[in-house]
Amino acid sequence: MSLKIERDQRRFKQIVRGKVRENLKKYVSHGEMIGRKNKDLVSIPLPQLDVPRFRFGDNGNGGVGQGDGEEGTPVGKGGQQRPGGVGEAGSDPGDGHLMEVDMTLEELADILGDELELPNIEPKGNASITQEKAKYNSIRSTGPESLRHKKRTYLKALKRHISTGSYEPSEPTVTPIRGDQQYRSWNTIDKPEVNAAVIYMMDVSGSMTDEQKQVVRTAAFWIDTWLARQYGGIETRYIIHDAVAKEVDEHTFYHTRESGGTRISSAYKVCAALLENELPPSEWNLYCFQFSDGDNWGEDNERAFGTLKEKILPHVNLYCYGQVESPYGSGEYIGHLQGRFGDKYDTLITAEMEDRDAIYDAIKVFLGTGK
Amino acid sequence: MSTPNSNLTPELAEIQVEMEQHALNYGLDFFPTIFELIDAEQLNAIAARGGFPVRYPHWRFGMEYEQLSKSYNYGLSKIYELVINNDPCYAYLMRSNGLVDQKLVMAHVYGHCDFFKNNYWFSKTNRKMMDEMANHGTRIRRHMDEVGVDEVEEFIDACQSLDDLIDIHSPFIKRRADRDPYGFEGGAKEEPEQQERRFPAKGYMDSFINPKRQPNEEPEGEEPAPARRVPEHPEQDVMLFLLEHAPLQKWQADVLAILRDEAYYFAPQGQTKIMNEGWASYWHSTIMTREGLTAGDVVNYCDHHSGTLASSPTRLNPYKVGIELFRDIEDRWNRGAFGKDYDECDDYQTRRKWDKQLGLGREKIFEVRKVHNDLTFIDEFLTLDFVREHKLFQFGYNENTEYYEIESRAFPKVKQQLLNSLTNMGRPRIVVEDGNYRNRGELFLRHHYTGVELDMKYANDTLVNLERLWSRPVHIETVLEDRQAVLSFDGSEHDIDWGDDADEIAELEVPH
Repeated sequence: MSLKIERDQRRFKQIVRGKVRENLKKYVSHGEMIGRKNKDLVSIPLPQLDVPRFRFGDNGNGGVGQGDGEEGTPVGKGGQQRPGGVGEAGSDPGDGHLMEVDMTLEELADILGDELELPNIEPKGNASITQEKAKYNSIRSTGPESLRHKKRTYLKALKRHISTGSYEPSEPTVTPIRGDQQYRSWNTIDKPEVNAAVIYMMDVSGSMTDEQKQVVRTAAFWIDTWLARQYGGIETRYIIHDAVAKEVDEHTFYHTRESGGTRISSAYKVCAALLENELPPSEWNLYCFQFSDGDNWGEDNERAFGTLKEKILPHVNLYCYGQVESPYGSGEYIGHLQGRFGDKYDTLITAEMEDRDAIYDAIKVFLGTGK
Repeated sequence: MSTPNSNLTPELAEIQVEMEQHALNYGLDFFPTIFELIDAEQLNAIAARGGFPVRYPHWRFGMEYEQLSKSYNYGLSKIYELVINNDPCYAYLMRSNGLVDQKLVMAHVYGHCDFFKNNYWFSKTNRKMMDEMANHGTRIRRHMDEVGVDEVEEFIDACQSLDDLIDIHSPFIKRRADRDPYGFEGGAKEEPEQQERRFPAKGYMDSFINPKRQPNEEPEGEEPAPARRVPEHPEQDVMLFLLEHAPLQKWQADVLAILRDEAYYFAPQGQTKIMNEGWASYWHSTIMTREGLTAGDVVNYCDHHSGTLASSPTRLNPYKVGIELFRDIEDRWNRGAFGKDYDECDDYQTRRKWDKQLGLGREKIFEVRKVHNDLTFIDEFLTLDFVREHKLFQFGYNENTEYYEIESRAFPKVKQQLLNSLTNMGRPRIVVEDGNYRNRGELFLRHHYTGVELDMKYANDTLVNLERLWSRPVHIETVLEDRQAVLSFDGSEHDIDWGDDADEIAELEVPH
């Protein structure tokens, strides 16, 4: 049996990376994942290249499904993930026999880590804050009925029956008496508490289109997933800005569009205030991510750098700046930022994200430091 | 039946003999079946190539492999078995599977093999496809050596984009006299005269043995040929039409012919997904529960079996629907619950308790597996009771919410929707209407609109590939937003014609 799948695989990878057959690259789609709805189930992004065929669109399309639900119950989203009638299944040649397994966000984060070779994060400082926690890990012979350990009680009763010779294999009735009862009990342990917070800042000025926001959203999803996995839960804050900045909730963050100019320093001010008032750096591992198309007002740069240097950079684990490419081109902020701070601060990381494919590289740069 | 050699462990070989005997006892009839035990990586590689160990090189197989192996490594999916419609039948088993799994899978495989051999829709498929695929690989590799990898690959991509434009019924209906696919250079006009004088020749020798023009024959002037349409009748086998009429180089024609052959080979599997899986599942469950299971196997068996039959709201599981329908048919024919009397009876209790003790069930399902495909299977045997019992519903796209939503549980709607999605394997029906459109050698296709629009982005990209093969502007007539529209691509620009010049379209609507 000759198996030269490697040749095809290599070829595919070359195409995905745009090394050969550049005209095909536009068809590369990453199986999108943002599907947190169904109990944290997600699909993992694998690059795919679609062969265009005459096929049915969404309009007027439908299918047959099986299960409960009233009329009007949504069963699937339009657009890319098309729910197929069985007709769809016919497109797979051969007789593959596939089973799907659900995946949690934690597992997904691990896969991301493997895939991008991300190092585990070492929390900064010593975990100075400890918290007392009750852990149910021992057994007592007294306790409330609600904590009765049925299995152990049964075992103990069984042992007593056998040792006293009152056990009848033909009629195996086991009756626990008072002395057989076993109850769960707890110990208090000191657990170091590690807090982590992520602050996202995004430019919502007119030059940022929905496409850029989608890039930011995808990147933020992966960052959240990874950091949440590393710290076991994180706090997230969102700041939007054009010429002025404000803190907003997640929905507003992704859906606001302003038309004003861009003043990055305004966002830094809000961020600095947040660090000062709500997330004291002594107690938190702090991560700041800023996304912009890099078109800042020239005279604002100095003020922005001042705030960044004084109030933010010394306090955070990481400060990441991701510059997305807008239809109006990419700004110069990233260049200024690098020129000004260069290698002086190892907490500052910058990356350019031209398109969706660059997201994964950017994440690798951001989180590859293990901080 | 002899057990052909394979690399099964002695233990598995024993199980195979046992399973094969059970299958034979139940009356299954199959080609010799060769089981190969391979590890996950190899299985994924073979599955990526549509079940064949050797095929032509192409990045798509690499992509499939990438996905299969990744999702296997992440524990997301796992292939239990692969069966190839071939004589002998090849079946691949994953080495790491448990013994009960292997047992079940073997029973399942015999179900598939029986189906491949006996279902009429498979009767015209090439049973030596394993070899044929390898030959295709060699031919395409040779072309790549001659004209370059990129060029051939690009051409394959263009062909793949059209490879569902075939006439799935053509293997069974002779729509016209056969033509030698390689002799298309002669053109349609001379063919009637030439045919008698032709010596039999292989395609590649043809132009030497049968010169295009007889020596004593003078080229006549433009004879007043009757204005013939090309094609004479709308041609659903677009690939064949291109093969015969597009200005292709030899290697291009060869590549196109290869892809068309493979498309026809795979078509019956697409047409019988529900039946094929249903039949195989029916047999693995029958054989395992009645013969194969030991007490220790039960839990593992149930786990696997229920995993295979799990249903999801948006995707009808062919395994599930198939096995339940076969069981339903068996039960109804055992009870005699069919025919005029039964159909006219509208008392629920009487229908439920209907039992004429005919015991025809087994016989009936064997007949069903012989003559039906999914479309006729559903049409004939999907009943109101079945739809209710299995909670089937019909869903549709809601433009306002951009979601697919449950629309109805009414039996006629569910059935109609299911039939629609099975018609022409769920693909739009597209025919070549005119190969000399506007008398300018342009290609005119027509989409038979059935209420669902084409995906515009895909349609436009497909036109680009079509134009690559045809080398002249291409058009497709369809319906968009309830209006007739012609999408065109002339090699550089896309265009939509909303039918302003109504004459031209009226002229094309000659009834056939």
